[in-house]
Parts: sequence; C-alpha cells; structure tokens
Amino acid sequence: MSDFVSDFWGIWITAIVVGGFVGLTILLFTQSKTTVKPGEQVETLGHVWDGDLAEYNNPLPRWWMMMFYITLVFGMVYLALYPGLGTFPGLRHWTSVGQYKEERAQAEAKYQPLYDQYLKQDLKVVAADPKAQEMGKRLFQTYCVQCHGSDARGAKGFPNLVKHDWMYGGEPQTIKTTIMGGRHGQMPAFGATFGEEKVKDVANYVMSLSNKKHDAERATRGAETFKAICSACHGVDGKGNQAIGAPNLTHPSGVWLYGGTEKTIIETITNGRNNQMPAWKDFLGEGKVHVLSAYVWGLSNNPQAAK
Amino acid sequence: METQSTYNYKVVRQFAVMTVVWGIVGMLVGVIIAAQLVWPELNFGPWFHFGRLRPLHTNAVIFAFGGCGLFATSYYVVQRTCNVRLISDKLAAFTFWGWQLVILLAAISFPLGYTFGKEYAELEWPIKVLITIIWVVYAIVFFGTLAIRKVKHIYVANWFYGAFILAVALLHIVNSAFIPVSLTKSYSVYSGAVDAMVQWWYGHNAVGFFLTAAFLGMMYYFVPKQAGRPIYSYRLSVVHFWALIFTYMWAGPHHLHYTALPDWTQSVGMVFSLVLLAPSWGGMINGIMTLSGAWHKLRTDPVLKFLIVSLSFYGMSTFEGPMMSIKTVNALSHYTDWGIGHVHSGALGWVGFITIGSIYYLIPRLWGREQMFSLKLIEAHFWLATVGVVLYIASMWISGVTQGLMWRALNPDGTLTYAFIESVKATYPYLTVRVIGGLLYLVGMLVMAYNVFRTISVGKAVDAKIPAVAAHGHA
Repeated sequence: MSDFVSDFWGIWITAIVVGGFVGLTILLFTQSKTTVKPGEQVETLGHVWDGDLAEYNNPLPRWWMMMFYITLVFGMVYLALYPGLGTFPGLRHWTSVGQYKEERAQAEAKYQPLYDQYLKQDLKVVAADPKAQEMGKRLFQTYCVQCHGSDARGAKGFPNLVKHDWMYGGEPQTIKTTIMGGRHGQMPAFGATFGEEKVKDVANYVMSLSNKKHDAERATRGAETFKAICSACHGVDGKGNQAIGAPNLTHPSGVWLYGGTEKTIIETITNGRNNQMPAWKDFLGEGKVHVLSAYVWGLSNNPQAAK
Repeated sequence: METQSTYNYKVVRQFAVMTVVWGIVGMLVGVIIAAQLVWPELNFGPWFHFGRLRPLHTNAVIFAFGGCGLFATSYYVVQRTCNVRLISDKLAAFTFWGWQLVILLAAISFPLGYTFGKEYAELEWPIKVLITIIWVVYAIVFFGTLAIRKVKHIYVANWFYGAFILAVALLHIVNSAFIPVSLTKSYSVYSGAVDAMVQWWYGHNAVGFFLTAAFLGMMYYFVPKQAGRPIYSYRLSVVHFWALIFTYMWAGPHHLHYTALPDWTQSVGMVFSLVLLAPSWGGMINGIMTLSGAWHKLRTDPVLKFLIVSLSFYGMSTFEGPMMSIKTVNALSHYTDWGIGHVHSGALGWVGFITIGSIYYLIPRLWGREQMFSLKLIEAHFWLATVGVVLYIASMWISGVTQGLMWRALNPDGTLTYAFIESVKATYPYLTVRVIGGLLYLVGMLVMAYNVFRTISVGKAVDAKIPAVAAHGHA
C-alpha cells in the first residue's frame, strides 16, 4: 500500500489499533466482576470532598457493558473485513477507488446508450425533441449553472447564453465544439504599451462603437490606436472575430462579459483578460455533450421553427 | 494572612460574569448569521459577511462562552475539592485578562478578514501564540493547585478538567504549527491530506476534550452538589474516563469520509467513533443515576432541570455522533444541515445547559446570597432554552435529511433530479424555524443576564473561608 513510506508505519498503526481494542476489552473485563445482590445497600467509598461530595461504587450497568462489548466486536470484525490495520487490505479487498470505478462503470453501461442514441441525429432535430430537451436541461442544471447561472444568463466573466450574442459563434456545431474542447480566451494587456491617457482614448472609442455615452474628442484620438492595434482581433469595424473569440464591440444591446462602463473597459484594456471554459469531452462523453449542445442552442433559438 | 484562609473567588466571579456576557455576544452573532441564510440582504459590507461572522460565532460560543465557563468552574472546583486556595492569584488573574484579550482580538480580526483558514482554529498566529502562553499558565495554576491539595484523593471532576487542559494544549500546538509570512498571515506547516487529517484530529478532539471531557468535569461537581446525592458509581467513572480519553483521539477521520484520506485511516476513525458510544454514555449514566432517590427535586429546582436535561442532550448527541460516523450514514448526512443540527444539540443542549446550570449554582455563592434573585426567571429561562433547542435541532434534522436525499436523487437517465438551488429552496422554511429557535435561546440568555445582574446588585462579593479538612477526607 502506497500510503506508508516504510513497513514500520503499517506495523505501528496495527499495533496501536489492536492494542487499543485489547486494552479497552481488558479494562472493561476487569471492572465487570462486581455485582450487587438484590436488596443490598451500596455504600459510598468513604472519601468526602468539599463537605458533602461522595461516591457510591455501583457496578457497571450490565446493558451498558454489553453495548460496549458489541461495539468492540463490531469494530474488530469491521477491521478484519475492511482496510484499517496498517497495510492489511482486509478480507474483502475493498477500496473506495474500486467502489467508485465499479459504480461508475455500472452507471455508464446503463445511461450512456440513452444519450448516445441522439448522436445520429442533427443537433437541431435533437433540440426539437422534448425528451432530449428535458435531459439537456438537467445536464445544464448540474454541470453548467455554477458559472452560467440557473437562468443561463451568466455573470461577470461568464457568458450569457440566452442573448444571442456569441463569442465563438452560435451555430449548433460551434456550441458543441466549445463544450467538447473548452475555450481559452485571452485579451492582451495594453496598459504599459499605451499609457493611461491612450487607454482612456481607446476606451471612449470602444464606447462610441455601440453608441454609448462617450467623450467624442477622446474617441477620435482613440480611433487611430484602435485601427492600428485592436483591429487585428476585433476587426476594423469592431465587429469582432468569432474564429478567435474576439467579442463584437458594436452590439448596442450586446453582452459585456466584464461590464461595459468606462471603468471596466479601461480595466480590460489596461490589464487584459484571461478566461477559460473547461473541456467536457472526457468527463461527460460525446453523447451527453451532444444533448447538452442542442439544449444550449435551443436557449436562444426556436427549435420548433428550425425544424 | 487573609488570602491564605479563603478561596480565590475573585477570578471565578470574573470568569462567571464574562461567561454570560460572551454567551450573549456569541449567540447573537449566531442568530445574525442564521438570519443571513434566510435573508441574504443582511450581509453588510465585507466586515459583516457570513464568511467572516461565522468563525466569530463559533469561536465566541466555544472559546469565549464555553472557555470562560470552564475557567470559572475549574478554578472553583479545584479549590473546593482540594481545600486549598489557587496556587497563584497573579497567574490566575493573568489567565483572565489574557483570555479576554484573546477574545477581543478575535472579535476584531475576524470581521477584518484575518484568518488562518482552519475551522475552529482560525485565529492568526500572534493570537495563537498568546493562547499558548495563557494555556500554559492555566495548566500551572490548575495542576499547581492540585499539587498542593490538602485532600489525599483527587476528585473525579479534576481528572476531566486535567485531561482537558493537557489535551487542548497538545491539540492547539500541533494543529497550529505555522509558517509566518507577515504579522497577520501564516500558513500551516502541513499540506494536503496530512493537513486535513491534523485539522480534524484537532477539530474532533476540540469537541472531545474542550466540549465533552471538560464539561463532564463540570457535571461531576455541579450535578451531585445540586442534587445533594453521592456520585452513582466511582467504578463507572474510572472506566469511562480512560476509555473516553483514549478513544476520542482516534475519531477524527470520520470528518473526512470519502475524501482523499487513505481508506485505512477512514476505517480506523469510523470504528473508534462507534466504540466511543459506550464511554460517552458512561458520563450520562453516572450523572442521571446520581439523581436516583432525589427525582422529586426536579419538580421544584430549575437549576437541577438545566443540569439533568443537559445530560439527556449529551446522551442524544453522543448516540447520534457514532451513528453519523458510519460511512453509509455519513454519505447521507455529511455536508448537510444535519451536521449543524448535531453540533447544536451538543452545543446548545449539552454545553449550554450544563454551563447555565453551573453558573446559576455559582452566582449566589460567589456573591453571598442564598439563591438567585428569581427562581421563576430561571424556570422561564429553562423553557425558553428548551423550546429553542428543540426547534433548532428538529428543523436542522429535517433540513439535513431533505438535502441529503435531494442531492442523491437520480432521474431514470442518470442525471440529478434536483439542481442544487432547488435543495436550497426546499430548506428555506427550516432555516427560518432555526432562526426562531436560536432567537428563543438568546432571549433566555438575556433573561439570565438580568437575573444575574439583580442577584449581584443585591449581593456582596465574598470569598469563602477554607474549612479544615475533615478527618475522613484523608481516608
């Protein structure tokens, strides 16, 4: 067993545990002999503390001793069957990892086919299937809500999935690619390169793209920098590039992943952003991801109309 | 010299009053955080956020309320059962002021966000060092007084207090081992599963030695005193004492079932937790059976009611604990409100009741009165507290089992039947009942504070004379 760095520790543990059981049994046994005959008056031991504190010496209650013995016997049997005595694996050779693997294999054999049956169907068809939608919703409620929220509206740094404003594209297949492989989005930091003033100019230009209230003078100055540098990812028109996950900055009612105020935009340009959506392929398997992708697509589309 | 012929009651009086004060503070914070779980709007700023107030609550009730109660009663008991004044008034006074300083520092540093990050050991390293110093001084005062006793035999209550002082020193020092990075931040010297194991070896023995053994010491003095009856069985006290202090040390791993802790450790922890049932109940039997022949006193004596009902809660939670440590039961109960219910049946029912009863016994004696200002108010306190505990525990049981069942429910397609948020929603009514239960308990404490205040204001601080040791005391 790899838990022990040397044979000594296994023996050490076994000795203490067995010694503990033997010690407790002996303690109990040696104190269990005395009994009181019916009608016999128990006397105090004769010691007195603080004026009137004294002690009887009644025998141990029999039911209590039995209870004690039963727990000791149970403990010894348990440690014979299950790991506990140092490196001795127990007669049943049980391990928690073994139990997990077994239960997981059983679950996969039972449930996987239920999801895999949808793999043959197009995602839009799956999205229109009420049963698949129900299953997808449950998957979403279990695995996705921690970041995207129970209502799928996201939070700061976690995309809103119902607004039809996609970073990497909202086609069913793209959504599936996102869930399967995850995404790693990165916006570089420009604070050091631009300097404080220039960052503010660019921020105001960015705000002008979606008709937000902005400082026109700064925006004009910021436009140059934007076209020279930011356009590489966000495009000359600021409409972004879904191939690399560069957000569209012109959407008037669009989603601002980190917030669309001047302060947060300055923060984003100055420090950059680094964000990760985990890959679910290995954890969930393609069948479940397929059903889940159809559900997520259905959140911002009408699957019945698309059918 | 005057001080040589009297007991040192001054430090007992100080700790006794602060027990009531910190009880109210700690329980008030408890009610606030319980309310925050029902009305999240009550999380004000970072300072009064649940995450910062929760450790304040646990530390205040365990170490401030419980701790002051233990200092007060252990100093009283060790003097009275040894027929000798505390070995040093100065050192005893140092433990009082030092302990109050620790509590004050906790009350400031937790809301400010300073934490060591280990449950029930959250205080940062400078405060940990201070605790260590105070604890060593406490040990010197207690064992020093024991050493100069005028009575040959050591009374059973002192075994338990002694075991508590030694074990808590060991637990605190080992679990707090830290590497400081600044005056306000340090890290545990352990890492990974070892760190978790050390933490729960500490955590469970904080329950075992601070909240069980020490309060059994309290029980062994105040129950026979208030009942006016001899202890039921010396033999039983010997067996359950040694079995208890040996077995408790091994029970910690049940806090880490189904984690990265090695399987063998989990098994050993579970088995010894089960074995702990009988040694724990030994104390309950000895306490309750001490009353046999004096049961009628329960009808008229509300102080005795507190002491005896505390033992029934003790029996209940020490039965529940071993059951919850069984892996299959733990799979349902762990991480749910059941755990909170279990802890509070011990904390409010056992620790709270036995402390309250003992303080009601002490206050009149420390201030030269026959009895408390009002027995009716003690009776009212008893019922407020009892109804409060029952509401608290029952609501957390239902809530906990509901959570446990909802979290494991599966649909035919293998997905979870309930999203986490649904289980949160389902527990709202019980969380609300819990607030009411806690509030009743707090109101009871306020009634107590009033009663204590009135008793003290008509009384006069007296230090009892040390009587000559009776001849049979030497037997």
